[in-house]
Amino acid sequence: MTSVVSEGVDIDRVSKHYATLPVLDGVSLRIRAGEFVSVLGASGCGKSTLLRLIAGLDTDHSGEIRVAGERVRDTSLQRGIVFQDHRLFPWLTAAQNVLAALRNAPLSLAEKRRAVAEHIALVGLEGFENAYPHELSGGMAQRVAIARGLVNRPRVLLLDEPFGALDAQTRGRLQNELQRIWQHERITMVLVTHDVDEAIYLGDRVVTMAPRPGRIERIADVNLPRPRERTDPRYVALRDELLAGFAQSPIVQP
Amino acid sequence: MARFTQTFLSRNAPPRCDCEVDRGVNVELAKTRRLPDLRGFVLPALAFAIWWAVSAIHGGKGGLLVTPEQVWHTTWQQVTSGALAKALGASLAREASGFAIGTILGLALGISLGLSRLATRMIGPSFDTFKQISLFAWIPLISVWFGLGDAAKVVFLSLAALLPVAAHTCDGIHAVPRSYVEAARVFRYTRRQLVWHVILPAALPSIFTGLYLALIYSWLATLGAEYLLVAGSGIGNTLIDGSENFRMDLVLFGIVVVGVVGSLLSGLARAAERAVLKRRGGALLKENV
Repeated sequence: MTSVVSEGVDIDRVSKHYATLPVLDGVSLRIRAGEFVSVLGASGCGKSTLLRLIAGLDTDHSGEIRVAGERVRDTSLQRGIVFQDHRLFPWLTAAQNVLAALRNAPLSLAEKRRAVAEHIALVGLEGFENAYPHELSGGMAQRVAIARGLVNRPRVLLLDEPFGALDAQTRGRLQNELQRIWQHERITMVLVTHDVDEAIYLGDRVVTMAPRPGRIERIADVNLPRPRERTDPRYVALRDELLAGFAQSPIVQP
Repeated sequence: MARFTQTFLSRNAPPRCDCEVDRGVNVELAKTRRLPDLRGFVLPALAFAIWWAVSAIHGGKGGLLVTPEQVWHTTWQQVTSGALAKALGASLAREASGFAIGTILGLALGISLGLSRLATRMIGPSFDTFKQISLFAWIPLISVWFGLGDAAKVVFLSLAALLPVAAHTCDGIHAVPRSYVEAARVFRYTRRQLVWHVILPAALPSIFTGLYLALIYSWLATLGAEYLLVAGSGIGNTLIDGSENFRMDLVLFGIVVVGVVGSLLSGLARAAERAVLKRRGGALLKENV
């Protein structure tokens, strides 16, 4: 597998409203190519909205988002996304689901099949190619979703609370998997999460967002070697610091 | 494409359900299915016993109540003379052509109502009104335009099949989760790819429900058509002959045939549905029950 050195994501004074309700207010963030950025925030802070804007699923905003220098105007095979609900098509097998992402990729069928096999192997699901989503556990289905998000070899992989619905053990295992894949593929990853520990464990930087309207509150560098030790005093200190910041922020009315 | 996708994005879908529960249910079913369940035969057996007893006491006088022997005799006669084959053949041919025409038109109508805003705006209100009109209300019009022969009957049957197919196809398309449509957008699907590879497969269970109902309704309508558009042969005509000649044995024979054919068609449709959809797991099958 060849490694692609990806180029970064520039978010430039992005604001968004739903009707009169401001969701994002002047969000600016520069993500370096190959960087892993965790976006941390309580529900309602607009972090998922920001991810959808980067994906190009929603272009109704002010400000500009550029990926590799090019303005985001629509979805692109250059930007993969993994949602919290795996969104696999239930009528297709695991392998067919990954192949479905390649429908418009400029590859021959043989190349597509090879890419599918490689990515199924990358997420450790050899032997489950022909399983249907309902036959897979939540963690396995999410692995398929990650394979599907990566199979087009995007510059950026966007992850919208991908492990939010999984049990703690599976979550921990998949976090390690994701870190391994990120190190292997060298692509930019943006992970949206409300889990402080997950944000620190995986991110080069942790971007904390505050709600009402959604804005960036602080950006913390995580200068710790990988794989990170959750018991490392510096890790613990950073976690406590971020958690304290959370505790101070006002409670969002649902 | 954008506006079209928006239609889907504005709709939300319930969360997928948990497979563990489904597996549990399947295990339960497997357990109870090990022995053939004969409880369903209790009621018919009881009715048959009462019929037998009452007709034995009554003695079959006056022709109001015939004995099981007489019905059996008639059955034998109908089968050996070829009258049953002729009547049933005519009815089933009608059923098949009505079902086929109604299904094709119903799919076309349901898909356009489901996918196109223009069609929903233009045809939707008329279709909703049309659904409220009893099929039998069309009989006078159909008989004036198409006579009393096969053409009129097939038109009637097509209508009977069209309605459930169109309604369920349209509903199934509208119920496609927006999350699937979004996933397709991420993969840059064209509108054609979205419809063909996402929306129709996702709506398939609902479409099948429509087809199943169409098969049953058109069989019921076959009888209705043969009753109300009296010309030619068919199992409905057998029933009419029985009633006009005061031959209750023939009437009872006809009823049994209609019931058996109906349940065979229903079983066939269910088996086809299961064969096509079983691999998707319980969640989708259950969704449209």
